[in-house]
Amino acid sequence: MRLVILDNYDLASEWAAKYICNRIIQFKPGKDRYFTLGLPTGSTPLGCYKKLIEYHKNGDLSFKYVKTFNMDEYVGLPRNHPESYHSYMWNNFFKHIDIDPNNAHILDGNASDLQAECDAFEKKIEEAGGIDLFVGGIGPDGHIAFNEPGSSLVSRTRLKTLAMDTILANAKYFDGDLSKVPTMALTVGVGTVMDAREVMILITGAHKAFALYKAIEEGVNHMWTVSAFQQHPRTIFVCDEDATLELRVKTVKYFKGER
Amino acid sequence: MPPHKIGTEAQIVQFTNCRILRGHELIWEDLWIREGRILDPEKLFFEEKKSADVKKDCEGHILAPGFIDVQINGGFGVDFSLTHEDISAGVALVAKNLLAYGVTSFCPTLVTSPPDVYHKVLPQITVRNGSSKGAGVLGAHVEGPFISHEKRGAHPDSHLRTFEGDAFQELLKTYGSLDNIAIITLAPELKRSHEVIKELTSRGVCVSVGHSVSHLKEAEEAVRNGARFITHLFNAMLPFHHRDPGIVGLLTSDQIAPEQQVFFGMIADGIHTHPAALRIAHRAHPKGLVLVTDALPALGLGNGRHTLGQQEIEVDGLRCCVAGTNTLCGSVASLDTCVRHFLQATGCSVETALEAATLHPAQLLGIEKQKGTLDFGSDADFVVLDDSLNVKATYIAGDLVWKDKTFSH
Repeated sequence: MRLVILDNYDLASEWAAKYICNRIIQFKPGKDRYFTLGLPTGSTPLGCYKKLIEYHKNGDLSFKYVKTFNMDEYVGLPRNHPESYHSYMWNNFFKHIDIDPNNAHILDGNASDLQAECDAFEKKIEEAGGIDLFVGGIGPDGHIAFNEPGSSLVSRTRLKTLAMDTILANAKYFDGDLSKVPTMALTVGVGTVMDAREVMILITGAHKAFALYKAIEEGVNHMWTVSAFQQHPRTIFVCDEDATLELRVKTVKYFKGER
Repeated sequence: MPPHKIGTEAQIVQFTNCRILRGHELIWEDLWIREGRILDPEKLFFEEKKSADVKKDCEGHILAPGFIDVQINGGFGVDFSLTHEDISAGVALVAKNLLAYGVTSFCPTLVTSPPDVYHKVLPQITVRNGSSKGAGVLGAHVEGPFISHEKRGAHPDSHLRTFEGDAFQELLKTYGSLDNIAIITLAPELKRSHEVIKELTSRGVCVSVGHSVSHLKEAEEAVRNGARFITHLFNAMLPFHHRDPGIVGLLTSDQIAPEQQVFFGMIADGIHTHPAALRIAHRAHPKGLVLVTDALPALGLGNGRHTLGQQEIEVDGLRCCVAGTNTLCGSVASLDTCVRHFLQATGCSVETALEAATLHPAQLLGIEKQKGTLDFGSDADFVVLDDSLNVKATYIAGDLVWKDKTFSH
């Protein structure tokens, strides 16, 4: 594991964006050679998306030969609902860049057969040649995507019921009305993300500190699903200072020294 | 990269680097157009999986819905009330020249005239969409002849009429047909006006109260029967009195059902209404304010003597009076000038000033689903404005129909 610690949220976002940008450029994508990117939603990656858009607008980065696969989407929420992950990705990323709409894949939470939709998603990833870089976040309960505590560490894309913690955390996006928050979602599995050639987890803020501690200083445990990445050959955790508050001083010093 | 387009597929145009008026706010957002309508780009991306064919940089300017003028008597030498002229050609000329003022739809207005004028002129003012040939015609605004003698303003006394006799039938005989009529201004104190208002409303005609000595009660009765506009507030009506508010009292009347919104026209040329009065009206009922020009044939022509209906008028700068008197009889300020004046006089937001010339007139006429906004599915009639709200370019159905020579499109 690499643990990259930046002073604050903005610097962490910029570091992550630069990393993604460099990965794409070094890959030299082209007509028969697409770079595949796994993408997250939520408040954490917003700064990173803003930076990527900036690099695109400066002419430094094109998404013409990039394929994207989002991690998750709510079930039963209309695609154009302001809180759907389709809306999130359109407003915060896709509408500002030059990606081909045929190459932007997001699970359809309104599909008539949800499991078939999940299976088809896995197939699309496979047909794209697998994911080169999967970018993710971490929930306060240590989940990756919607792989809530107790999710199998070898799980695949499937339908999940959301944990109460997640529903409570999401309420602020639905006018604080719990009855309006979706209770189910389609999500890539832990196994799906583990299949990526490289994984980058963004973790910022003191409220994520405990989850980061559990994810990297304790054992691999299905109650903190991000811990699974201890067994991935190429994972980077990008954090700000606040996210390291629950780590041992020794851990932080080691990784800061390495950087 | 968008997939190769077949020749018959409609072109998708994306206007970028602009602030658009949407959801009552100016936001940095691109405007997407296809087949003359405003397109939802998110839907396009996820459902059709398409991108833009052409991108147009708007240089950081404002994109607002095209302006709508519901009271304009002519312009550029054309007088809609004069029968000896070729009215169709006249309307077309005005429509073409209005594009430079950012007006994309208008209601040619006829002042009080004898029945033969209505019979000749109205059939020639056909409702039509705008195009590169000129702004769209929404229907005629007939101001009179069923108005008050005392408050006739510049309207000729000899042609005023009442409803006594046959009420609605009287009206129908006078105009000949309601076919091309969008708005009728009448005085609600006239006997039997209320049954006329009811009948007109049921036939989809917008009834406006104006040129009237009506008191508030009668005006409220008119609204209850369907009237929903006040023609040039303050002008040609009883002045506001604190114990007898008159028609002006409609702005804050508690006798009007909430779903029966009343709109009021204001000529914000700096002459017809004192800025303080403009502010009072705006603050009392901001959602109802509709900017109109009440422009004369002299609009765009400059100082001197010109004809209006059956009368002579005199123009001096922005001021026009009945020749030989001090009676104001209309304006020569263009609608974009009025928008700028309204903004400056009231200190309101740019959004508010723009909506007074777009959303509100569209709502008045019940056409806000196609005109007056930049909502998805609306007609792509819009204007490009700089930060001082000067018109840089005008678009109708997504086509560029006018542009300032300094603008790049």
